[in-house]
Amino acid sequence: MATDQTWPLFEVFIRSKKGLSHVHAGSLHAADAKMALENARDVYTRRGEGSSIWVVPSAEITASAPADKGELYDPADNKVYRHPTFYKVPDDVEFI
Amino acid sequence: MQSMEAGSQGDLDAFDRHVGADGKVEPQDWMPAAYAKTLVRQISQHAHSEIIGMQPEGNWISRAPSLRRKVILMAKVQDEAGHGLYLYSAAETLGVSRDELEQQLLDGTAKYSSIFNYPTLTWADVGAIGWLVDGAAIVNQIPICRCSYGPYARAMVRICKEESFHQRQGFELMMALSKGTDAQKRMAQDALNRWWWPSVMMFGPPDGESVHSMQNMAWRIKLFSNDELRQKFIDMTVKQAEALGLTIPDPDLRFDEASGHWQVGEIDWDEFWSVVKGHGPCNRQRLAHRRDAHEAGAWVREAAVAFAAKERARSARKAA
Repeated sequence: MATDQTWPLFEVFIRSKKGLSHVHAGSLHAADAKMALENARDVYTRRGEGSSIWVVPSAEITASAPADKGELYDPADNKVYRHPTFYKVPDDVEFI
Repeated sequence: MQSMEAGSQGDLDAFDRHVGADGKVEPQDWMPAAYAKTLVRQISQHAHSEIIGMQPEGNWISRAPSLRRKVILMAKVQDEAGHGLYLYSAAETLGVSRDELEQQLLDGTAKYSSIFNYPTLTWADVGAIGWLVDGAAIVNQIPICRCSYGPYARAMVRICKEESFHQRQGFELMMALSKGTDAQKRMAQDALNRWWWPSVMMFGPPDGESVHSMQNMAWRIKLFSNDELRQKFIDMTVKQAEALGLTIPDPDLRFDEASGHWQVGEIDWDEFWSVVKGHGPCNRQRLAHRRDAHEAGAWVREAAVAFAAKERARSARKAA
């Protein structure tokens, strides 16, 4: 099959039931988004795993690079005052 | 893919320490080229096995003895297709394209599990495949749910959940036959006779001869050796055969008090290698069928691309 005939890749996200977020389930190839949705139904929800499906062209996803992990997350590491455990309150004070 | 960049010795050591401590690896992480290559080989072989594995059972869909058995078998074969797709997707995260992988299967350069090169001669074979072949697959695959490569492990979690239905429906089918008429019981025994040894061989060559084992265990792509997994399968299956009232076709089978394990007689590894090398009963038929299906479906794939292009053009015109 020629390259321009190759079906693009889509990432599939599934909400298992209302009240929960969509979670990445996997990926699949399809000619277009409509077909991706239909195929996602058959490939990833054969046993009632889903109540809602998102399909996103894989090429449209912008991801952070593992190499940038330091500059992305280190700034949060030294801000312990963002956590409730940073603050001392007397043991006998309740509901706080 | 970053994995293609050569790393320093320091990178390699850090990687080995990470996976050695049961750390996980995700597609964007740096990984040794040999690790990625091994994964592509293993995951795609596994995917091909699922796809080729649709044939021996698909062969019986139109001849299933009841509507109940027919819908079960259709659901099972559909699952195999799904498993192939999860696995191809996992392999693609390593930078290889689906087309390349498919091509390797079609031109015979990629391997798939030899078990699918045996024919399904009777209806009982459908039961034997579910019980024995899927039973062996589960033993093999459950540890892979914890393997070091994230996308492979996640695909395997989905697959293992579904394989359990496959094994149970097979056992139930064998149970129905073995509790049936004399002819049905003979049919079940005959299926066990033919599928037992190929199933035992599914775990691959003995540990001493397994080429990739050591490195794969260090990288936690493989968590138990071929012989350990094989033993586990034998121990659990001997008891299941008893429950069915069927006899395992091995006069040397005996329980070893000292080790607490069942020991089988000599395995015919010549047969194993002969089937791996393409001389099994159905190797040519399986590949020919896959090639025909691929070629016959070409117009559908092309039409879908043409239709998608037309739809895109139409919505672009509307927007303009």
